Amino acid sequence: MAALDVVGVSHSYGPKRALNDVSFSIAPATFTVLLGLNGAGKTTLFSLISHLYDTRRGSIRIFGHDVSRASGEALRRVGIVFQARTLDLDLSVHQNLSYHAALHGIGGREARQRIAALLDTVDMQGRQHDKARSLSGGQIRRIEIARALLHRPSLLLLDEATVGLDIQSRAGILATIRKLVETEGIGVLWATHLIDEVKDGDHVVVLRQGELVAKGKVADVVRTSGAGSIRDAFSRLSRIEAAGIPEISP
Amino acid sequence: MSAPAMPEKVAGIIPVKFEKFGLGHYLVCLKGVVLRECLRFLHQRERFISSLVRPLIWLFIFAAGFRQVLGVSIIPPYKTYVLYEVYITPGLCGMILLFSGMQSSLSMVYDREMGNMRTLLVSPFPRWFLLVSKMLAGVSVSIAQVYAFLIVAWFWGVKAPPIGYLMVLPALFLSGMMLCALGMLLSSMIKQLENFAGIMNFVIFPGYFASPALYPLWRIQEASPLLYKICLANPFTYAVELIRFAFYGQVNWLSLGVVAGCTLLFLAAAIIAYDPSRGLMTRKQDTGGNA
Repeated sequence: MAALDVVGVSHSYGPKRALNDVSFSIAPATFTVLLGLNGAGKTTLFSLISHLYDTRRGSIRIFGHDVSRASGEALRRVGIVFQARTLDLDLSVHQNLSYHAALHGIGGREARQRIAALLDTVDMQGRQHDKARSLSGGQIRRIEIARALLHRPSLLLLDEATVGLDIQSRAGILATIRKLVETEGIGVLWATHLIDEVKDGDHVVVLRQGELVAKGKVADVVRTSGAGSIRDAFSRLSRIEAAGIPEISP
Repeated sequence: MSAPAMPEKVAGIIPVKFEKFGLGHYLVCLKGVVLRECLRFLHQRERFISSLVRPLIWLFIFAAGFRQVLGVSIIPPYKTYVLYEVYITPGLCGMILLFSGMQSSLSMVYDREMGNMRTLLVSPFPRWFLLVSKMLAGVSVSIAQVYAFLIVAWFWGVKAPPIGYLMVLPALFLSGMMLCALGMLLSSMIKQLENFAGIMNFVIFPGYFASPALYPLWRIQEASPLLYKICLANPFTYAVELIRFAFYGQVNWLSLGVVAGCTLLFLAAAIIAYDPSRGLMTRKQDTGGNA
């Protein structure tokens, strides 16, 4: 059973089409990169997967549960880190995480134990009583990742999770997520426009202006696009002319 | 309270099934939403102070000034002449609920703009339950503010029968629910925080002044029959009267019916508005708005 199954999904904002007949699947315990430049439709796709928007054309299934018809069952299996920061800055780290635990029906000692364990996982132990406002961008992202994992999802969605972070924070967060795939068997859909976040063994899904233009393992996408590397392949698939994609060192 | 059972795993990977949510899980969720609202309120001391100062200014200054000008005859539920301060106290309780309900609307728009709203909306609990929990959280905070005001008013010499302080609780709760539901409905229509000023001008002020909060309806009828009809069409009128009668251990059945009916109507409309497949949020999708 696929962790995520997106079939023929289209979405429009009035007359403007944001996604057009997008189909792909994610297997459990794999790291899939959703690549696309700004405006490619990544965030719209995330909003549809997380049922913030209704899927009007096509279907989205999470471990077999249709997001539109059985949103509760689907959402129990997915953890989400949104592009925008969604921590309540007036509350402490622990209060933010407890709130999320409650939203998944987890309370009391169980919630406290999970929070302590996850803060350890994301290397934020000892910070649970700090106000969210006092944290750096990278630390807020780590807490948001811990929050997304609190209800022990089998699929993790991260929308541009490293945007605005320094190189060290980006590398740290990416390493944490990749480790979760290996150790916890979580399927990950990692949306980004930063090509240097893709590794050779990853699966990639490439969106361009709402159209799915490539999907498969990195080597397959590179070969079928006739490029020499995933960077070149992304440039071609996104039709970035001349200058190509600027290189950002990991 | 046990946590939802973890997914069983096949070969350490594929989840098979989750335990269904029971009543206990719903209560944990409700408690979490209410607790968060209370914590937010406690962290925003200015909000608490301003919510208390507003009605107190009306009580200390406005009522003192108008006591001699605006005479109040003996009308139910009063059995004798009452001071103007006593007359407007239920209206000021309603004012706190009205502002608080709209404040919760404002906070929902803010949460939506800041992205916090998404945390709530991606919870696996049914959306109607999440919205009702949010409303209950808002009403809990509103009622705490009303009682804080009543304590200060008591020291100012504005006293209801002792039993009235208990009897008014259900009236405050129902009126608060109605106003929070209205606020939630309005929040689904407001695209940006800046548009909230319109709520002040088109909902709060007309709602408050076109009601018996500050003057009895018979006075309004004498002054303007049209305004009287507007007051009768205003749900806030019935919220104020429900609270006023409850202070004296009485039930104004018409007010109870109207407030209960409006609560259900506004709540249903808010739930539809926040349903991604049916409501106003769907229209926001059409324009690229954020949930």
